[in-house]
Amino acid sequence: MTTPELYDMVIVGGGPAGLTAALYACRARYKTLLLERIGLGGQLLTYEKVDNYPGFPEGITTFELTELFKAQAVRFGMEHRSSEVTSLDASGAIKVVHTAEGLVHAKSVVIATGCAPRKLEVKGEAEFTGRGVSYCAICDGPFYRNEIVAVVGGGDTAVEEAIYLTKFASQVHIIHRRDTLRAIKVIQEEALANPKITIHWNQVVTAIHGGPQGVTHLALQDVLSNDTSQLDVSGVFIFVGLIPNTHWLPESVRRDPLGFVITDDHMATSVPGVFAAGDVRAKSLRQIVTAVGDGATAAFSAGRYIESLAHHG
Amino acid sequence: MAGKNIIEITDNSFEQEVLQSSIPVLVDFWAPWCGPCRAIAPVIDELSAEYSGKLKVAKCNVDENPNTPARFGIRAIPTLIIFKNGNVTEQITGAVAKSQIAAAVDKVVS
Repeated sequence: MTTPELYDMVIVGGGPAGLTAALYACRARYKTLLLERIGLGGQLLTYEKVDNYPGFPEGITTFELTELFKAQAVRFGMEHRSSEVTSLDASGAIKVVHTAEGLVHAKSVVIATGCAPRKLEVKGEAEFTGRGVSYCAICDGPFYRNEIVAVVGGGDTAVEEAIYLTKFASQVHIIHRRDTLRAIKVIQEEALANPKITIHWNQVVTAIHGGPQGVTHLALQDVLSNDTSQLDVSGVFIFVGLIPNTHWLPESVRRDPLGFVITDDHMATSVPGVFAAGDVRAKSLRQIVTAVGDGATAAFSAGRYIESLAHHG
Repeated sequence: MAGKNIIEITDNSFEQEVLQSSIPVLVDFWAPWCGPCRAIAPVIDELSAEYSGKLKVAKCNVDENPNTPARFGIRAIPTLIIFKNGNVTEQITGAVAKSQIAAAVDKVVS
């Protein structure tokens, strides 16, 4: 068996954080490999358009932005592979990255694996995923033309996606467990003014029901009175937060109670030579603009770490 | 959009190209507005080359061909369906890792 190739830096995850880390690493001429399990862009691609990334005053589609990030990293020689990282052995000076396609060796690793949508964990959710239950309005919204759908959640993503869904659905019900939305004001105002949107306050979904054709209705419960009700919908879009993609990390990489990777200001984790960037990291604001900043810092810090190895042998 | 080993299928050609195919067919149901669909396109290209001759790889644009996805109850994309001898043998909803798609393909190709 041949020895796996040794890279200066292996970046795991091809969203905005990983692609920016790759750009900085390649410009600094580190031998860099980016591994992405699904496709470059990450979670970004589950949204339609970005209105809060500076430099694009009219907004930009997520697909265009991804292509620009990628083109810029490729211009400086980024090497990337479609490969899922299954585990990491970070115990030695040389980190061993295990993938479905074999081993990769690295002097440093940047964790940029982002998050996956949090599930509601209610009856019917798994059974009807892809047949009425969705976590991506841009992907699945057009299948619900002139139908009635529900959105679960009250944050920026939930409310923005509810507005997006009014392009297709005849009616959009927002199911929210509190009595106020957490979404930022400009988004709230747009939703409250939209005649197709109805907000159900203090309600939680207790089950998703359906038949051979997919979802037919939701069972709801009022969190104050405990009264139950039924809401007829053919689709339910779930936006109740994020779970970091960290199942592949060793226990030595410290996490916060919610599972996000803890770093210092230099993006260094608890393990020397292992850095983290973007949504996977414990932080206050998960946005493209903060992910790219993290990515640049992580690559810079990883570079300094690699230089320190060279000096101290 | 599609690589050289990939064919585009329509509502009209589905019967002949997919159901009557002599080898298994992986159909990628996609649309131009679907980011994750575009993200996995390079992976589908890679698989079509790696399984060349053993697996036919087809793309179905659900915007232009609404009848075929409706026939299989598809309400989410990307959806990948593997057909063998005219029957659905594997179905994957949402963008997943290449290794996961390859594992599904390995179950049906000989």
